[in-house]
Amino acid sequence: MNIQTAIKMTAAETALVDAYTAQIGDLIGDGAVLSARDTLVDDLKKQGLPTRRVEAWHYTDLRALLRTVPVADPTAFAERVEPLVAGSSVMTVLNGKADDKTAPVGVNVRRYAESLADGVAAPDLIERGSDDAIGRINGSFVRDGFEIELPEGTELEVPLELQLVQSLGQSHTRFPVTFGAGTKATIIERHLSVSDEASLVTSVTDLILDEGADITWIILQQQGAADSHLAQINFDLGTNAQLKLFVINAGGKLVRQEIHGVVTGEGADFKLRGINLLGGETHTDVTFTLGHDVPNTTSTEVIRNVLFDRAKGVFQGQIRVAPDAQKTDAKMACNTLLLSDDADFSAKPELEIFADDVQCGHGATVIDINPTHLYYLQARGIPENKARAMLVNAFVDEIVEELENEALIETLETIIADWLEKHA
Amino acid sequence: MLEIRNLHARIAEDGTEIIRGLNLTVKAGEVAAIMGPNGSGKSTLSYILSGRSDYEVTEGDILYNGESILELDPSERAAKGIFLAFQYPVEIPGVATMQFLKVALNEQRKFRGEAELSTPDFIRRVKEAAAKLQINPEMLKRPLNVGFSGGEKKRAEILQMALLEPKLCILDETDSGLDIDALKIVSDGVNALRSPDRAVIVITHYQRLLEYIVPDSVHVLYKGQVIKSGDKSLALDLEANGYADIIDAAAA
Ligand SMILES: Nc1ncnc2c1ncn2[C@@H]1O[C@H](COP(=O)(O)OP(=O)(O)O)[C@@H](O)[C@H]1O
Ligand SMILES: [Mg+2]
Repeated sequence: MNIQTAIKMTAAETALVDAYTAQIGDLIGDGAVLSARDTLVDDLKKQGLPTRRVEAWHYTDLRALLRTVPVADPTAFAERVEPLVAGSSVMTVLNGKADDKTAPVGVNVRRYAESLADGVAAPDLIERGSDDAIGRINGSFVRDGFEIELPEGTELEVPLELQLVQSLGQSHTRFPVTFGAGTKATIIERHLSVSDEASLVTSVTDLILDEGADITWIILQQQGAADSHLAQINFDLGTNAQLKLFVINAGGKLVRQEIHGVVTGEGADFKLRGINLLGGETHTDVTFTLGHDVPNTTSTEVIRNVLFDRAKGVFQGQIRVAPDAQKTDAKMACNTLLLSDDADFSAKPELEIFADDVQCGHGATVIDINPTHLYYLQARGIPENKARAMLVNAFVDEIVEELENEALIETLETIIADWLEKHA
Repeated sequence: MLEIRNLHARIAEDGTEIIRGLNLTVKAGEVAAIMGPNGSGKSTLSYILSGRSDYEVTEGDILYNGESILELDPSERAAKGIFLAFQYPVEIPGVATMQFLKVALNEQRKFRGEAELSTPDFIRRVKEAAAKLQINPEMLKRPLNVGFSGGEKKRAEILQMALLEPKLCILDETDSGLDIDALKIVSDGVNALRSPDRAVIVITHYQRLLEYIVPDSVHVLYKGQVIKSGDKSLALDLEANGYADIIDAAAA
């Protein structure tokens, strides 16, 4: 008997395993998919949820933090909402159920439920590694999502919004997306909650960017104050591909957004821009790993965090530069504005460099509102509270401003301003 | 309009006294020039007038329209009409210039119980004022003062002043960093604001600015005190002979 089985399972672990047992027969999948699911659940049973002793989960002890798992409720109701940017193409996933009827012209879309049913999805349902709890839970339960392909040369004129609306229960989705050579698009992966009841949402997105693809991918997470949100985005950048990934967390009780990328084509560029607006009792973790595997590639990562109340935040960022990835240029910065004595942010930036001719750097700072800036605004007649709010806003707005779509900038600015007003 | 009585003030952090028994009166309609060697306390005085919390008043009083303003915070002083054009305007990334101007204007109006400006009305005012100061409208699309040249920053300060229409304008070395053309434009902007119910305090090192903004009174500040006051001829005298004689005379 090994040690793990001797450990008493937590309520959440039991609930997950029971949920799997209860859903057997109902979970979609051909033989290969079902056996992949069984393997994942077996791992879950054996290992349990990761604790702080697992390095990747050191700051987010999932076993301790995931207290309960809401029961999946197939009858739960959720409706689509207006898109973030008027005129966008919208594809919805309502309480975990995808609808592909509104796919934009020229984009190949298939419901992930179909790929599970005929087994196309089976190879996806594996873990990235033994510490891949998100892949494990998601792979066990995934029911839907979209498989998306932009054929070579496709340029989307308007943003494509993947709208995931959650009311209660559980939702487990996957989005394998291939961007053909020379494609250009803005995709918004939007997670929102429309009720105060607790949900467990897991979502895994896998992006492949072929040569010269130029993609802006925005993840906007606005779950409810009782929700657990476990998400992962994986990407592979080909030659001269450009990916700008914006991650905005503005909700959720327990949130982990993992970002795992490899740069496998020369001349590729990756940008990560993150905004974490953390208030109340949230525990929000952004964990990022990036491998520069070939020469002449670039990446920059800028994360801005604002914390109120008793919020806890985590950023783990690890950049690996392979031995022959000469001329890599990688810069990572994580800046935190702590606006409450009870809030806490842990930043762990890491560089692992095995090549000698590279330019890499990282920095993590905790800052306060700049008193000179505050004074200047006040000296123009702006009362202190308002001036403070403007400066907090400015701190994150610098990131939003890097987007190119004016309408998107405006909506995100409104969302951020509203959030700050509610929490300040 | 402004009466500074035996003012003593120190740096809050370390207690160093910078203003040491300063007296100064400026009447409505008056343009007063303050001159003095580097480090004599001119900027500190302007900060204290604006209410910067880095300084503590330990003695004396500042009366504005007959009332002490020592208990007011900077935003209240500004809303009551005190404006400081900074020697070193601050760059604030992420704060859009137009948004800043609009909030400042409307917050001041709110404080005074006036209605907010409509957006078109606001934009029209900014455009007019910017054109007069020959400010490129593109500049106003940038974050506040970010990437502005020294001269552009000074002009932006005067633009703010023109929009906010303060009653007491304090210009701290607005002339430094300006070429002669910009100096004229800025001076015209200041002169346009001169009126019988408004006072201007011009802090400068050089007589040059005072040829364009002609002062009614000139005061020499040294080691935190006004050591000599006179009319505009005092500025010419300083330009020709320097501060040494006046400092010696005051010490004697
Ligand atoms: N916040 C401060 N911290 C330290 N020293 C200061 C501070 N403010 C003013 N001083 C000192 O006070 C003196 C007067 O400065 P300032 O008012 O800037 O002079 P001026 O504007 O006349 O050149 C200088 O010696 C300056 O270094
Ligand atoms: Mg000075």
